Amino acid sequence: MSDRIFGSTLTILALTFFVSATQLESPFFADPLGPKNFPFIVSGAALICSITMIIKPDKDPLWPNVKTLIKLFTALIVLILYAFSLKTFGFLLPTALASAALSYLIQPSIFKSSATGLILSLSLFTIFKFGLGLSLFPFPKFLLG
Amino acid sequence: MELFQNLALGFGIALTLTTLSLAIIGCILGTIIGALPGLGPSNGVAILIPLAFTLELDATQALVLMTSVYYGAMYGGRISSILLNIPGDEPAMMTTLDGYPMAKKGRAGDALVLSGVSSFVGAFLATIGLMLLAPILARVAFYFGPAEYFALYLLAFCTLGGIGAENQAKSAIAVCLGLGISMIGVDNSTGMTRFTGGNLHLYDGVDFLVAIVGLFAVTEIFVFIESRGKDSAIGVKLGKISIPIKDILATKWTMLRATTVGFIAGVLPGAGASLGSFLAYMSEKSLAKEKKTFGTGDIRGVAAPEAGNNAAAGGALVPMLTLGVPGSGTTAVLLALLMTLNITPGPLLFNERPEVVWGLIATLLIANFVLLILNVPLVKVFTKILQVPASFLLPGVAMVSFVGIYSLSGSYFDLLLMIGFGVLGFTLRKLKIPAVPVILGILLGGHMEVSLRRAMVLSNGDWTYLFNSYISVGLWIAAFIGFIAPIFLRSYLKKPTPIG
Repeated sequence: MSDRIFGSTLTILALTFFVSATQLESPFFADPLGPKNFPFIVSGAALICSITMIIKPDKDPLWPNVKTLIKLFTALIVLILYAFSLKTFGFLLPTALASAALSYLIQPSIFKSSATGLILSLSLFTIFKFGLGLSLFPFPKFLLG
Repeated sequence: MELFQNLALGFGIALTLTTLSLAIIGCILGTIIGALPGLGPSNGVAILIPLAFTLELDATQALVLMTSVYYGAMYGGRISSILLNIPGDEPAMMTTLDGYPMAKKGRAGDALVLSGVSSFVGAFLATIGLMLLAPILARVAFYFGPAEYFALYLLAFCTLGGIGAENQAKSAIAVCLGLGISMIGVDNSTGMTRFTGGNLHLYDGVDFLVAIVGLFAVTEIFVFIESRGKDSAIGVKLGKISIPIKDILATKWTMLRATTVGFIAGVLPGAGASLGSFLAYMSEKSLAKEKKTFGTGDIRGVAAPEAGNNAAAGGALVPMLTLGVPGSGTTAVLLALLMTLNITPGPLLFNERPEVVWGLIATLLIANFVLLILNVPLVKVFTKILQVPASFLLPGVAMVSFVGIYSLSGSYFDLLLMIGFGVLGFTLRKLKIPAVPVILGILLGGHMEVSLRRAMVLSNGDWTYLFNSYISVGLWIAAFIGFIAPIFLRSYLKKPTPIG
């Protein structure tokens, strides 16, 4: 079933790719192949493969249970928030919080995860800033003025 | 004679303090990365590439550092295979079959030393093979025009799933995904934007480093959270380390045979180190008179896969350097490094930038001795690394990946894209769709399209031009066989499962 769902998604994707390639306009000075034809070939191949996947699916993989799915989703949110906060809030705080959260998701111990967050944040900052010379701000810009 | 001159040039570069230090650092980092369960050479090199740029190294130095990490990780992969029964990376899987039983019998130290020596034999001889074979292949590649290159890329994509691929449609889908992503951005020939959806961030296309770090490192984070880091505990006691000279001498022919098999497997496009170790193990087993001892801690079962996978790692550098077509996942990542450094691998590299190629080869020869020291007398130090809990290690990997990518572009869009690739990688892994073809598609898609377009310009749109030379016809046939063969060979090449 999983293969069929993924195959169907890819079929739609390949068709979308094909249709958007048809809408590309070839300029008058274009080479004989033009910008359209390679996308046509690739989307054609993708279409054949995804249909094969729908017709001949493999056995379903073992998907994570609901509890693990929630954990994975939480990890995803943590990573997204980290991506957004790095610029605004500086390196130390977001890194400490994000690594503590990820650590907690792997091993739920408040003490260990807080220690992981703290150690990682400080040690990585030292390595990146002073060892590799990256221009990282330790604290939020509005605090630094 | 020319070879010695080139080697002298190479050693001139390799023996400078900076290059040598980088090689040693790379070897140590690589062994650590290889030893950690789940973090293989591809992950290791992928995470470290963005950071290598921040060091502002020149092309040779960056390549030396990363290739040392690659070699180191190939050596280190066996440590957790033997002690924990968990391969540090996929090629080390075959080492679990006899390495772990040997360790359980109280011979963990012997298994580590024997496999360390086998790794050295495999990697060292493969580096010599690389030195001899690469210039010859580079000369052949001079005859390659756009039609031949197009056929070569096709061959790489068709064989990428490898002979061990479980489902050819899935490997092909992965290639198409990669090729599709490679077309996003401005089309260089016409200046038109394609498939950007009007998003300005995508005008430059998808940076392959973002895709690589996402597909390897971020995916690994999700996989670890799913498995809740069960894999981090020392399994068997190591005991005293001594050199099992009797075992080493008894397996000398095994190592040499495995090196030959592994090297050939590595040179073949798309086959890589996993196939190298697998074929080395299976051929040794089929040659043995007494087969029952395999899987119960046979010394040949430890020596063969390690010599095989390390020889394949060296072999995989041959097509990467001479043709620009990687033979494995990690060499695909190294190709990304070269391309980011504005170096186009291929026959011209040997003429135009000999210092890069020969500096690299000389460093690899030296790196092997460094790795032998790290992996035989100092192996006890690296086994301590297995005690680092996953709950500390994985957040660390995540943060290093983020900062690496962020330091390249300073754009949160790239970070989000990287997370997106991480989710894609997790889904692909669940569905048993290989991620390496996606990477290679992104890396080589542009080149493949350019080759096809050039061929069409030269022939004025005549498609038969693609089959115009013996080389291109040969490559098309090889591509066809490479794609079809696994379907028939699958039942013969069933992998043995490790003991529980």
